[in-house]
Amino acid sequence: MTWDEMVPLLRQGTLETLQMTVWSTLFTALGGILLGVLLVLTDRGGLLPAPPVNQVLGVIVNIGRSLPFVILMMAIIPFTRALVGTSIGTQAAIVPLTLSAIPFYARLVETALREVDPGVVAAAQAMGASRVQIVGKVLLREARPGLVAGLTVTVVALISYSAMAGAIGGGGLGDLAIRYGYQRFETGMMLAILVLLIALVQLVQSLGDLAVRRLTHK
Amino acid sequence: MIQIEKLRKVYRARGREVTAVDGVDLTVREGEVFGVLGRSGAGKSTLLRCVNLLERPDEGRVRVDGRDLLELSGGELRRARQRIGMIHQHFGLLSSRTVAGNVAFPLEVMGVPRAERAARVAELLELVGLTEHADAYPAQISGGQKQRVGIARALAGRPKVLLSDEATSALDPETTASILELLRDLNRRLGLTILLITHEMDVVKRICDSAAVMRQGRVVESGPVRELLLRPGSELARGLFPLPEPVLRGDTTVVDVTFEGESADRPFVSTLARTYSIDVNILGGAVEDIGGTRIGRLRIELPGPPDVNAAQLAHLREAGLTVEVHGVAGDAAGAGDTATEEEAPVS
Repeated sequence: MTWDEMVPLLRQGTLETLQMTVWSTLFTALGGILLGVLLVLTDRGGLLPAPPVNQVLGVIVNIGRSLPFVILMMAIIPFTRALVGTSIGTQAAIVPLTLSAIPFYARLVETALREVDPGVVAAAQAMGASRVQIVGKVLLREARPGLVAGLTVTVVALISYSAMAGAIGGGGLGDLAIRYGYQRFETGMMLAILVLLIALVQLVQSLGDLAVRRLTHK
Repeated sequence: MIQIEKLRKVYRARGREVTAVDGVDLTVREGEVFGVLGRSGAGKSTLLRCVNLLERPDEGRVRVDGRDLLELSGGELRRARQRIGMIHQHFGLLSSRTVAGNVAFPLEVMGVPRAERAARVAELLELVGLTEHADAYPAQISGGQKQRVGIARALAGRPKVLLSDEATSALDPETTASILELLRDLNRRLGLTILLITHEMDVVKRICDSAAVMRQGRVVESGPVRELLLRPGSELARGLFPLPEPVLRGDTTVVDVTFEGESADRPFVSTLARTYSIDVNILGGAVEDIGGTRIGRLRIELPGPPDVNAAQLAHLREAGLTVEVHGVAGDAAGAGDTATEEEAPVS
């Protein structure tokens, strides 16, 4: 394969990978933070203690985390089809990507929120802050560095999952790697994809680290 | 201003019960600085957290500024808390907000409009002397400055009451002194009632009008600091004027004499020696300045057992001194926990 043949394919693949990653990151951030906050609030000694709810959420999160992505992706095909009308393509891949990343990120959110000094929460309570205010102005705000660091890890995982999604018709760089690099022995193509993926992960990690540094005031 | 009645708080964990606060009555009058002194684990922190219901007591009543907090609904309690300031041992500042942002926090909670907030924050920062550090983050300022931020924040809602949870325990002695001075100043200028808990005798000595000593969840003595120091057998006095257990030989009389104000200026030892032509041996003592009054305690030794010194002891008592004779039942400070029997709450 010549360079001229490779470039349009690589551009297309990169765009698809970015598309899958960006959208699933967005939904994962929303879902993960929501679930993580609920895990912390409903815990024994939390702001809204509800041990049964907490246990159910914990089990759901653990199930989500113990399913290998490839299997989850295939298992939820009917659900994906119901949601986006198709089970192949980048749009369809966003569904399993998000579903598998939410529990992963929720645990990281939970950990980040638990790192918040309980003394600060008590101080806010003593000032008459409501639960909503404590979650929004204290917990989430104080945990921002941890939330961003966790999201960075999650995005990197999503990039690698999105390559797997390519294997069942999700498109993106993973799809190219299988069709050209693996099935047609196009070593040049494989190398170019590897370089792109490594660059992408490095970029995400650097941006994440930078954001964490900016947000940390310790 | 603060009335605590028959307060009890029990912690239950894995079948074990720990009574942190065991039937405490306490009254803090308007405009006074009231100190609760006790070792860690004495229940004083729990007691303080019951005053703004960070902890819910199992029994008893808590009234602040005439309102029974236990009868308030969630929203009413939050509004009541906005009028009760609290400062903490480890400051409890938001690390993600600047000094000004931290002081603005309670105002946001109260729903104060933005423009008004900025003016109030500036005012509060000036009050605690931190105007220059408005844009610094907590990590960039010293412990004493952090506590000043804590104080400014606590005063945002113009509270009548300030609760202080070991506010100076994480600070060095010099910084402690400046924070205590600030609290004293706020107490005088704003008429702020302060209830503080501490394990440091020095804090009580420096700024408290009244004090209570807590041990194992109970108040063992309480009252105006001056009165407590003059009360025979007082734990507070023993803590403030530390004297070792006396060695009683039987052929001498060991007496602790507590004196204050005018009687401190009179040379009672030499008068005693001259009047009765006896040798008075000084074993130890200390003088402290308590709220502008000099209070001191001196341990002296007189020749002969207590019964032959009756006239001498009467002489000292007549001179307006508080006299505690060691080794005599019913009179001695060293006779153990006589103080536990007088659980008289301040009324």
